[in-house]
Amino acid sequence: MRAPTAGPWRSATVREVAHPHPHGVVLRLEVPDRVDHLPGQHYVLRLRAEDGYTATRSYSLASAPSDPLVELYVEELPDGEVSPYLAQAIQPGDQLEVRGPVGGWFVWDADGPALGLAGGSGVVPLVAMLRHAVDVGRPELLRLAVAARTLDRLPYAEELTAAGALVALSQEVSAQGRAAGRLLAAEVAPLLDDAATCFVCGSAPFAAGASDLLVGLGVDVGRVRVERFGASG
Amino acid sequence: MAQFGFTGRRRPPRDDLPPGQYDVGTEWPVLTAEVTPQIDPQRWTMSVDGLVEHPTTWSWDEMHALPPSVYEGPIHCVTTWSKFGTTFEGVSVDVLLDAAAPTAEASHVLATSTTGYTTNLPLEHVRGGQAWVVWSFDGKPLTHDHGGPVRLLVPHLYFWKSAKWVTRLTLLDHDQHGFWERNGYHDLGDPWREQRYQGD
Repeated sequence: MRAPTAGPWRSATVREVAHPHPHGVVLRLEVPDRVDHLPGQHYVLRLRAEDGYTATRSYSLASAPSDPLVELYVEELPDGEVSPYLAQAIQPGDQLEVRGPVGGWFVWDADGPALGLAGGSGVVPLVAMLRHAVDVGRPELLRLAVAARTLDRLPYAEELTAAGALVALSQEVSAQGRAAGRLLAAEVAPLLDDAATCFVCGSAPFAAGASDLLVGLGVDVGRVRVERFGASG
Repeated sequence: MAQFGFTGRRRPPRDDLPPGQYDVGTEWPVLTAEVTPQIDPQRWTMSVDGLVEHPTTWSWDEMHALPPSVYEGPIHCVTTWSKFGTTFEGVSVDVLLDAAAPTAEASHVLATSTTGYTTNLPLEHVRGGQAWVVWSFDGKPLTHDHGGPVRLLVPHLYFWKSAKWVTRLTLLDHDQHGFWERNGYHDLGDPWREQRYQGD
């Protein structure tokens, strides 16, 4: 499995814009001369002001490689420079500069068992993995445990729940009747498979906690791949 | 192509901000690909090996007995943040290389971490006061999240070259891709030339 690399900047056309919940936007883009990605890779997106000022950010792909459009989920950060514009101003038909796919470590090609642990918008690359696993007829290879404060902080909540993901909400009772609380080692333990590659994605505190949880369960650190975002003290 | 209505959050322009970067202010984002290791300094060692006359390994205490060196200035991450006014303390890589004495054939360095993470650097880019092995940030011990107890610091290149939890510098007579370079990132990573990905 060789991950494709960034390639040149391309001018993508926004085909669909959706606001599945108050904290984020789903953008579906038509990318000319698109290179197929691997689930877990991301795209770089560049906004340009009238005077040439640019701001560049990376967003994980949610779409499977087979999807004719590229789907990105952007969490709207209240004090963000780019995400509020993407969430509020972008319309179908708009053009966006994109580059990708990028990244070759946090990727999974449905070529072996995998466990995904994600918090909040960290679920996005796992959604791409899930969709790909379904596409290639191997959904049993992927087990998922996802966490958020509340259900409306969990992108793709319905799709993840329907796929059988363990959903841990720290501040509300889940639809399955799980009591409010953080993801527990006892919940993750039954999902472990000695051969699985573990993908951990989320904020810096979530990723640290989830990594510790896996290591505490005896998972070899060499099987854990981490993608984390945000600041740490 | 401009996005109608996008103005961006303007910061005061500064000459020391490379193209495509923004000033992250007091934050220091954490980006890692692996489980953060918890390393006991008393069991950690630093080695210089490969194409050298005198392969050398230093313990924590031996490293701290070397002449100290300080870096003050910015750092630049490929994910577009730059952080200004940082102060790192440690030892110059020149001191380590001088002790190990690279042979005439040595042209590149492969840095290796306790985790197995690697990154490649041309020898000329870690010579002449351009690179450090550091254990303190802003006067405090470097935290595990940021590579503590000890990381490489090559501040004139994108920060993935500054390998966290560094434990070994191997001198080679050729350029050998490291972890991110195998995964599509640039061989050198000069922020002023926006060398982010292979082919830039």
